[in-house]
Amino acid sequence: MDKLIAAKSEPLWNTNNKVISIIGGLVVLLFALPLVGLNSFYLHLFIMIFMHAVMAQSWNVIAGFSGQISLGHGAFFGIGAYATSFFYMEYGITPWISIFFGMFISGVFAVLIGIPMLRLSGHYFAIATLLIGISFQVVFQRWDLVGAASGLWVTMTPEDSWTALQFHKSKLPYYYIFLVFFLISFFAVWVLSRSKLGYRLRAVRDDPQAALSLCINVSNYKIIAYVISAMIMAPMGSLFAQYILIIDPDRVFNIEISIIVLLITVLGGIGNVWGPIIGASILIPISEYSRIYLGGTGGAVDLILYGLILMIICVFRPNGLISFIPKDILERKKQR
Amino acid sequence: MKILSVENLSRAFGGIKANDDISFNVDQGSILGIIGPNGAGKSTLFDLITGYTKADSGKVEFFEKNIFGLSPDKISNLGVGRTFQKLKPFADQTLLENVMIGAFVKEQNIKKARDKALEIIDFVDLIEKRHHFAKELSTGQRKRLEMARAMAIEPKLLLMDEVTGGVDQKTIPGLVELIKKLKKTGVTIITIEHNINIIMEISDNVLALDQGKSIAFGSPKEIQKNKEVIDSYLGTFDAA
Repeated sequence: MDKLIAAKSEPLWNTNNKVISIIGGLVVLLFALPLVGLNSFYLHLFIMIFMHAVMAQSWNVIAGFSGQISLGHGAFFGIGAYATSFFYMEYGITPWISIFFGMFISGVFAVLIGIPMLRLSGHYFAIATLLIGISFQVVFQRWDLVGAASGLWVTMTPEDSWTALQFHKSKLPYYYIFLVFFLISFFAVWVLSRSKLGYRLRAVRDDPQAALSLCINVSNYKIIAYVISAMIMAPMGSLFAQYILIIDPDRVFNIEISIIVLLITVLGGIGNVWGPIIGASILIPISEYSRIYLGGTGGAVDLILYGLILMIICVFRPNGLISFIPKDILERKKQR
Repeated sequence: MKILSVENLSRAFGGIKANDDISFNVDQGSILGIIGPNGAGKSTLFDLITGYTKADSGKVEFFEKNIFGLSPDKISNLGVGRTFQKLKPFADQTLLENVMIGAFVKEQNIKKARDKALEIIDFVDLIEKRHHFAKELSTGQRKRLEMARAMAIEPKLLLMDEVTGGVDQKTIPGLVELIKKLKKTGVTIITIEHNINIIMEISDNVLALDQGKSIAFGSPKEIQKNKEVIDSYLGTFDAA
């Protein structure tokens, strides 16, 4: 009985003050960094890291939490990108509002795709999502309303505009916008992982049969995870469209988007909220620097490096780089 | 009072009749033991009752409500818990998290669910292992984990598939005591067991299956004397 009382008096989460201080310090540092003078390249680098970390976090929800390997997640990135650009150009709706349109449309498509697809499992689901992702690209390449293969060129404002989410003089506002979205998505997924929904999704991932015996409707929970995942991915497409101001199907529905979010998450640590952040912080600089030093798209050397890193990780650290962090500072501390 | 009524339940896999016209009732608060040789259809019967496998024909009533054809999550939501012959713990989660997932069925609040899970873990005598990942537990401990997880949904009927199977001899008495302790909480239990001494010790009634058919149903004493049971399962068991 004493042991039970002691167990009940434990805090719900093993909040390690040292870890919290480090996180707090990093957040402050990220906000302060541009003030000490980051040039345009480094601002871009950080923007790409934030964006890809969120995209990988989105993929982490469906793959890491509910165990469904999606290879077509780029579709939701593209939907988000097209939603803001299209509604801004056609109806003058500010991207701040159409970001939510993109999230909503992505959510609806996730339900429509998820209902039939999530009946499949394992490799079959992965292959089906791969084809769905490609089919979005093909459809948008032929859809005249959204510019077909030429895509959409977002009308540029003469001056910087927060309403139109366009900044021509500096990348600094984009840096902060992407940073805020990065922090919000990270916090949202952190909360999700500690919620009843998070517990149930992990149950579905670990053993769907056992989950059924605990009143969990496995199909519904997979769809919920897919919808949440899609709705996290879409805003990144929206912001990316505003960042580059030109979108086309080859750019925003590219299969590479779906693959890179997978690589980032696996490298960092799948099923862990920190994994996508760690993965993006390593893979994106490799990609950007190889682009600088080797030109174009990095002469595909970045892809070779990705492959090498991934092989090493899969062989020696199958749980990703997060597994290098000592267990006693992770959340679920064991008390033997 | 009758908690479960199974009538003429049948299921065939191709030409093999895994369950053939099985009927029995279970009284509330009792323990029904199911015995039979390997391949007799015991686990299939569990799968049919809990909705994991669809029956070809028959009827299953739980508290006089027809649950035939319902999905496993709906059946468990009505108050039918189960454990598995091939253990299915959520391996990468701690014992506490495993049981909390069950506790969330009745408790929405995380702290309340955690406290309830801890009480159940204490009930199954694993409180010191609460922060261990399920994959780190021994087979006997994982059996307790599955019982705790099933208990967390507050079942009225609990189906346990070979609780003492695959564990060492020293572990068995503790698991048997746990089943008896569970019965005292008021939960009705159906248990599959190969160990005939255990089944005779804990059961109020015994159902004997052979080649998918129900060959006997009655008190442990009646079953021990049943010639068909002796021929097909007990052999020359002295107690018979």
